[in-house]
Amino acid sequence: MADLKQQIIAQLNLKDLKPEDIGDDQPLFVEGLGLDSIDALELIVLLQQEYKIKLASAEEGQHVFRSVRTMAQYITEHQPKTV
Amino acid sequence: MFIQATAGISPQPSFSALLTEPAVYAGNRLNCIEPDYGQIIDPKMIRRMSRIIKMGVAAAMDCLKTSATEMPGAIITGTAYGCLADTEVFLSKMVENREELLTPTAFIQSTHNTVGAQIALLLKCHNYNNTFVHRGFSFESALLDAITLLQEQHALTVLVGGIDELTDTSFRLLSRFGLYKKDISSNRALYDGAAKGTIAGEGAAFFLLSAEPSGKDYAQLNGLYTFYKPGDIAEIEKNIQSFLSAHGIGVNDVDLVITGQNGNVNEDGIYKQLAQTTFKGKACARFKHLCGEYPTAASFALWLAANIIKTGVVPSCTSVSSDNKRPGRILIYNHYQNTHHALYLLSVC
Amino acid sequence: MSTPVFIAGAGVISAIGNNIAENLAALENGAAGMGEMQYLHSVHRHKLPVAEVKMSNAELAELAGMPAHISRTALLSAIAAKEALQHAAIENFSKLRTGFISANTVGGMDKTEDFFVDFSGDPGKGRLRNIIHHECGAATELVADILGVKNYISTISTACSSSANAIFFGARLIRQNMLDVVIAGGTDALTKFTLNGFNTLMIVDHHYCQPFDENRRGLNLGEGAGYTVLVSEQVAASLKNDPVCVLSGYCNANDAYHQTASSPDGTGSYLAMKGALQQSGLQSGQIDYINLHGTGTQNNDIAEGTAIKMLFEGHYPPMSSTKSFTGHTLGASGGIEAVFSTLAIQHGLIYPNLRLETPMKALPFIPETHFKKGAAIRHVLSNSFGFGGNCSSLIFSKA
Repeated sequence: MADLKQQIIAQLNLKDLKPEDIGDDQPLFVEGLGLDSIDALELIVLLQQEYKIKLASAEEGQHVFRSVRTMAQYITEHQPKTV
Repeated sequence: MFIQATAGISPQPSFSALLTEPAVYAGNRLNCIEPDYGQIIDPKMIRRMSRIIKMGVAAAMDCLKTSATEMPGAIITGTAYGCLADTEVFLSKMVENREELLTPTAFIQSTHNTVGAQIALLLKCHNYNNTFVHRGFSFESALLDAITLLQEQHALTVLVGGIDELTDTSFRLLSRFGLYKKDISSNRALYDGAAKGTIAGEGAAFFLLSAEPSGKDYAQLNGLYTFYKPGDIAEIEKNIQSFLSAHGIGVNDVDLVITGQNGNVNEDGIYKQLAQTTFKGKACARFKHLCGEYPTAASFALWLAANIIKTGVVPSCTSVSSDNKRPGRILIYNHYQNTHHALYLLSVC
Repeated sequence: MSTPVFIAGAGVISAIGNNIAENLAALENGAAGMGEMQYLHSVHRHKLPVAEVKMSNAELAELAGMPAHISRTALLSAIAAKEALQHAAIENFSKLRTGFISANTVGGMDKTEDFFVDFSGDPGKGRLRNIIHHECGAATELVADILGVKNYISTISTACSSSANAIFFGARLIRQNMLDVVIAGGTDALTKFTLNGFNTLMIVDHHYCQPFDENRRGLNLGEGAGYTVLVSEQVAASLKNDPVCVLSGYCNANDAYHQTASSPDGTGSYLAMKGALQQSGLQSGQIDYINLHGTGTQNNDIAEGTAIKMLFEGHYPPMSSTKSFTGHTLGASGGIEAVFSTLAIQHGLIYPNLRLETPMKALPFIPETHFKKGAAIRHVLSNSFGFGGNCSSLIFSKA
């Protein structure tokens, strides 16, 4: 999950944050890390680029991107077997 | 119209520093001296902003702060090139990735009205918001819109600014068009010799205008006039004369003329001729060695003129000929590439 | 309202026709302009339908009387602006104080993106001719020069509300007695830049768009240009043909909510419509037709619909999104839809909102789905909302 946090920080240009600043279960959006819908779209590309996982719609992202843990779970479940 | 406040981010430090130690640049490229944005813009919003957005938003916020205005009646910007860095990022990725795996942030911010929109978003300002993108008339169009809004009493105050950025790519491309001098020792040597080309610049300058005096205004903006592709010098002279007479004055009533000389022998000829005719014997100043040439550079001249009127001092680094008088009335005449000509008239309040 | 500003002429080119007559015929026949892309070369060719003007650059150039190597944005602009000026038939045009205020969002991007293919590999490469007209203002100047407009030229770019803002800025300059005639509107060509940009936002429909449908999936991008010829009262009185309508109200307001998305209650849209109504001195009940912004995205349609609900509660006029015909033409949309609005007044038309299957559950009104002729249309409201929360509404009234 530390790798994933690093990728999130890089993709979203969260310069002031270190991976350890983001809690595994901390909400990423609104009251948590304060991300918004544009960030969600950036995270969709991150999944595609780093993990070859394609989300069908922006709405699906709302569930996947609840926290770093939910993201990691989704990646483990959906990552193509041949890496 | 009254200029209640002005603030600029430019290749120069500040107006007071301009009087004593203007920044000197080796070569043909001037980039802005940027402040610590963290002090001016909400850090949450800053992370996505490219340089031009930060420059524009910071200058706008500084201008509002100076005038102690919380909510302007309108926000209007002028930019010829728009958000170049974001445009380049998206364009390059699109070409490299063959239209796959693209992210939205650069695209969203490449939109020309991003600076005006970000200011509105930061202020939660629901008022009139417009952006003009017409080459060397971008800032003048924005200013005309601001003036008419005030005349129509649609707004009590208008925040108006001119912004353009210079990126590595735009500098490279504009150099390929032959816009810039190849061998210039420093910006101080801009007007020496008779070579083609100028030096590259950029900047953000914002103004808070109002129809009524506030008692602490920098200057009065009496008028603005633009003309496109004049046929010859006689037409330019006629335009200057009629602009002044429309304001009930003649050249003799002008204390200082600020011209847009840029060191390009093909473009400065007009100013040189006018110095022998219309502007003969007038105190003159110039500014493009300080900010470089860019389509909205006249906004730097307006910032300069407003400060000169307020302080009563013409910075020696700008002065071409002086009569040591405190300028009460300033005429700015600038043209961009012989195509876009603009006249501004300012006076003490 | 003080001095009226008259509309003496109009011109349009879009995916549904190259002039007013062709556009009107397509609107009447319910013939939408979307399809698989023929002229734009994008990897999304088979996936994303677009609403292209059905002509190559060479064909457009011939029609415009301009060189074929310049930006498609300028070619489209020239064709529609020339039609508008011809339509207005102002006899002493060259003696009047004239202006050309054109909006666009892409400028010469269609050429720049070709240039970047060579330039990305080697910064010394790429034909400079392809970026000479990159700036938005360049297209405006190329067209102003062939129209013979000199007194005032400007370009506005506020995303999807650009040309609505150009029209009302033009009207204000006439009202200020700075100009007698202004050709105002906007143009935009389809580009890979905008297509991919909107695609990253995941709001491009892979099928033909369904504005104001419960199951809408997004927008289709389109291209085109639309202009109106605005004239002062004095010029209007000198015309052979009586002007069809006046621009009676206009307003720009900012949503100040998000960079791209509209606020859920459509604050900006509401303020723009309300401001335009106020300026025209009309009550909402007097509006006979609303040309919706209606992009077909989830977000726009619910925000715009909610704002309409707040303002028109009790008496909803017929309304429709003509983007179901033309696609979303971005910087041209306000101009094209202004032309459609004036035609609605001139001919008593209400345009259908195509492909509406399931009306939105959250809204108490349903857009018009049939073409109607001979309706008494006195006042039309046209909405244009864009990125950066930029919301503009125009009201056209029978002269």
